[in-house]
Amino acid sequence: MVLAEDKLSNARRHRPEYGSDHPPEVPLSIHDMTVAYHRRPVLWDVDLDFPEGQLVSIVGPNGAGKSTLLKAAIGLVPMASGRVTVYGRPFAKQRRLVGYVPQRESVDWDFPVSALDVVLMGRYRRVGWFLPPGRVHRDAALEALNKVGMKDYASRQISQLSGGQQQRVFLARALAQESKIYLMDEPFAGVDAATEKAIVALLHELREKGCTVVVVHHDLQTVKQYFDHVVLLNMRVVATGPTEAVFTEENLKKTYGGRLTLLSEAAHAIATDKHP
Amino acid sequence: MPSRPTSTLSISGLIMTRLCAAFLFIVLLFPAFAAAGPGGTALPNVEELWRVLTLRDYNTRVVVAGTTFLGIASGLVGSFLLLRKRSLLSDAISHATLPGICIAFIALQIITGNGKSLPGLLAGAALTGTLGMATVLAISRYSRLKDDAALGIVLSVFFGAGVCLMTIAGRVEGGNAAGLQSFIYGKTASMLLWDAQLITITAFCAAVVSVVLFKEFTIVCFDTDFANVQGWPAGILDFLMMSLVVVVTVIGLQAVGLILVVAMLIIPPAAARFWTYNLRIMLILAAAIGGISGFIGSALSALMGSLPAGAIIVLVTAAFFGLSMIFGSSRGLVTQWLRHVRLTHRVGRQHVLRAIYEVAEELNSDDPRSTVPIAELAGKRSWSARRLRARLRRAAREDLVQFETETSVSLTERGLVHARRVIRNHRLWEMYLITHADIAPSHVDRDADMIEHVLDAPMIEKLEGLLLYGSEEPAYVPQSPH
Amino acid sequence: MLDWWQTYDTWIVVTGALAAMSCALPGTYLVLRRMSMMGDAISHAVLPGIVIAFLMTKSLDSLPMFLGAIVIGILTALLTQMIRRFGGLDEGASMGVVFTSLFAVGLILIRVAADHVDLDPSCVLYGAIELVPLDVVTAGEGNLEIPRAVLYNGGMLLVNLLFVGLLWKELKISAFDPDLATSQGFSADMMHYALMALVAATTVTAFHAVGSILVIAMLIVPPAAAYLLTDRLGRMVGLSLVIAGSSSFLGHWWAVEGPSWFGFERMETSTSGMIAVATGFLFLTAWMFSPRHGLISRWISSFSLSLRIMRDDVLGTLYRITETGSTASRPVSRAQLRETLPGGPVFGTALWQLRVGGRIDCRDGGFVLTPRGEKSARKLIRSHRLWEGWMVEKMGLRPDHVHSTAERLEHITTLEMRTELERQAGEPEHDPHDRQIPREDE
Repeated sequence: MVLAEDKLSNARRHRPEYGSDHPPEVPLSIHDMTVAYHRRPVLWDVDLDFPEGQLVSIVGPNGAGKSTLLKAAIGLVPMASGRVTVYGRPFAKQRRLVGYVPQRESVDWDFPVSALDVVLMGRYRRVGWFLPPGRVHRDAALEALNKVGMKDYASRQISQLSGGQQQRVFLARALAQESKIYLMDEPFAGVDAATEKAIVALLHELREKGCTVVVVHHDLQTVKQYFDHVVLLNMRVVATGPTEAVFTEENLKKTYGGRLTLLSEAAHAIATDKHP
Repeated sequence: MPSRPTSTLSISGLIMTRLCAAFLFIVLLFPAFAAAGPGGTALPNVEELWRVLTLRDYNTRVVVAGTTFLGIASGLVGSFLLLRKRSLLSDAISHATLPGICIAFIALQIITGNGKSLPGLLAGAALTGTLGMATVLAISRYSRLKDDAALGIVLSVFFGAGVCLMTIAGRVEGGNAAGLQSFIYGKTASMLLWDAQLITITAFCAAVVSVVLFKEFTIVCFDTDFANVQGWPAGILDFLMMSLVVVVTVIGLQAVGLILVVAMLIIPPAAARFWTYNLRIMLILAAAIGGISGFIGSALSALMGSLPAGAIIVLVTAAFFGLSMIFGSSRGLVTQWLRHVRLTHRVGRQHVLRAIYEVAEELNSDDPRSTVPIAELAGKRSWSARRLRARLRRAAREDLVQFETETSVSLTERGLVHARRVIRNHRLWEMYLITHADIAPSHVDRDADMIEHVLDAPMIEKLEGLLLYGSEEPAYVPQSPH
Repeated sequence: MLDWWQTYDTWIVVTGALAAMSCALPGTYLVLRRMSMMGDAISHAVLPGIVIAFLMTKSLDSLPMFLGAIVIGILTALLTQMIRRFGGLDEGASMGVVFTSLFAVGLILIRVAADHVDLDPSCVLYGAIELVPLDVVTAGEGNLEIPRAVLYNGGMLLVNLLFVGLLWKELKISAFDPDLATSQGFSADMMHYALMALVAATTVTAFHAVGSILVIAMLIVPPAAAYLLTDRLGRMVGLSLVIAGSSSFLGHWWAVEGPSWFGFERMETSTSGMIAVATGFLFLTAWMFSPRHGLISRWISSFSLSLRIMRDDVLGTLYRITETGSTASRPVSRAQLRETLPGGPVFGTALWQLRVGGRIDCRDGGFVLTPRGEKSARKLIRSHRLWEGWMVEKMGLRPDHVHSTAERLEHITTLEMRTELERQAGEPEHDPHDRQIPREDE
């Protein structure tokens, strides 16, 4: 992570022109973000600082703007207002430090490439224009596949993989990017138990390396178990902080409102957590 | 409501508008230039214009009537095609008619000795057109290729076969296949009364079918699975709809040619969509645009004899499209842009007022109208100094804010009222979201709609009760729930 | 068969092959990005560009024409994109609006220019590959006469090979995942417009040999056929080159000899049209016979699967009937079997296969299990009942809910699975319906 430290000292030298009140140590900071589709606001004055080296989950009901938050943060969805900084500098200059794992449905899985090819795509920026990826990069990609337990499937065509395996290939691709910050959009959606385990192990490994991982998550039951920090989102930030402090019944009520089924699920999640 | 353009409009939007304007300009003025050019005829005089527009000539009357009805029918049928997101299927169908025309010609030539019987040729066209359509659907259903490739394959392979057959048709004994070429580019001027009648009757039938089956077609276009579950024969309806496309394509062959008949099916409905969200109105508009384009186009080409009518008709529809895209009342660019500018101003104004009010409250809780240094405001939101100043100046012009010195501002009386309303609205909505998040709050434009317009009085009272902790300013500015 | 073949014909085929191959390269990416019709749109839309350049230079092979085509190609892509984004129309419709309008402009330009120049629209639309060998350049000392079109299309092929070779991974990533490509610093938009420019340039190079509509056949059909044959990008590109090259040969051959097969003696037809037909033929072949994605292989594998299941079901039914009644080893009639099993060709074929395979015997107008057949049947019934027992025992399902699941699982249960099931369920003697679970080795 020498490069990242380089950037960091750079960031300290060049303070952003708009007098940021965020120290450059904050890996990802979202300030005053409003996103609207047509006239309807989806996200509303969102202010968030993500703490370094932690596993952060974004939790909220359907349509709360969880995925939109990630997409807007990396510029895939235009913001109506707001700014995003990565280690104190605008995101556009720090792209290298951010790895994004999209939802599985976002690509064409019939595409004629192998699992290894997909993971290698994560290395392309390091390879640069025109050159083919060399031995080093292939090894790195294989290593990433190995970490998610997919080494044996390296040469499989991607349409022949199961949903969970496809998700793991996507994670391996993010790993191969060797970023400092990972944004993952519902990596746990529709995966089998083995994949879920693999993803959790991977998250822990990333945390050990000092990476910051932001995960959009939909399963209230596992939030306390998997994550250090939680953001409760329902178009605006309801609460944010360490999971223990923030993931409370009251806050969940604020997030999910009167959605009874979900609320009872949440209550159940908390109850089982308190009295195991 | 101020509507002066500001820097907030995205640059790509501006470029886009200009490009579209340029496109429109070319498309609109092109026929005129072409006519005035050295190769074209001289511009017609008023008398000639009048003669054509009032359909004095027998020939003009026939042609204009034919193309007008063609335009109406294609507008109607094309609307369903557009809703089904299959616009380009018409392209594949029209190219696939060529081999049918040629086969019919060769067969008729050998059997009857005269290959140029229009009904026979059109029957051949309909046959291979349908075959082409079925092939597209089969490829996209029974192979891993998607729609786009299926269309490209059918279009080019059928057309290739057509080209081969046309060469053979040209060499069949005693045959004169020169007329077949006119099906590719269209040859409106050579239309006979009988042809026009055929077009009119067929177009009328197609129009009647699409009006009678309006409801059924709509449900199939919108949600085929749902239609199936509801017991509609979705497959048959779908096939009928596509058959109508084949019919319109086939009768359009002679008028505008097989490449440009596609435009008659795609462009009028696409233009109509910019004016309305109502399907019924869209259908009527599409038919009207198609009909009027057919009328104007064929009249123009009658005036400027040397120009191909099909191309002129298409350019007239394209001009309609350009106008609709820019000025359309429901999703035209100007409408969208105005909406965007208004939203930006409104949000900007509300943010400024809220910021001033909140800072004033922090500095001096007794007087929300006390003077606030601009530097303090900058910290409240992600404003650059320039943007903030611009917003303040705009608010000052609207008599909401007054500059005390160069570097400090305060709310005016009017601004205070406004600010209180904005903040109250904002906080009540927030409270509402917290307590009633289940009632689809995403459908409400919270900044725009005053809460009273959406919720009833008892609900607001309840919310206020939750928010107000014995404040001295009842019903004005409740405390923030945060 | 090919006794009429001369150097002249070779040059035609070479030209066609070079044009088709240079089209197939960018075409591969059009097919993969699901924007095949962009090729159609661009090749129609370049018409005004060609005419304007022709009016300016009075020549069909000039640099201005080439540049004009590229500009129009990018413009088409740009306008389509904009109408789609700002007008909210779907991609097909916005393409349709743009290319038909531009084509109409082109047609009018041709008509306006008709007095000054001799430009036949049909030549632009479907080319004149037969005339290609007449326009030659003499090269070298041996007076080697090479048709100009061969040089142009060969050059374009080289350019495309270079483009695809150099930007291999950039093209791949931006086609597969544009967002990732952009975030990696390879702007997906830029790659898109570069590809569109290349399509336009290739189209305009190929068009006087094959015309602007048949170019679409070369752009789309060979890559589409290759896509059905392989799951690797590299192989897909290679195969589409091969298909493109061979379609040129087939096309010319059929153009010369084809009409006589249908009774049109001493007649030749358009080679460029036939090349399109030949690509279509090769596509159809791939679609039918591709080992993995072909219709026939898919049909065969689904038929053989239902056959296998039917064979198992026949054996199982025979076993059950024999087991329950006191009718042991009495032949079971066809009608009796049909009570529980669906009829049709699958049923008949399965019976025939079982008889040929010596698993059942035909006796007194009915069927009985042979010892071999009984052994297989016992395995099946055993799997079925073990599964039922396991599901009731381990998953807590109700006994009347497990039959259909067991029915599906019994066909794929191996010996190891049976042993494991037996171990986990505690070596049961009877299934939840209190029927005996047959032993394996009896």
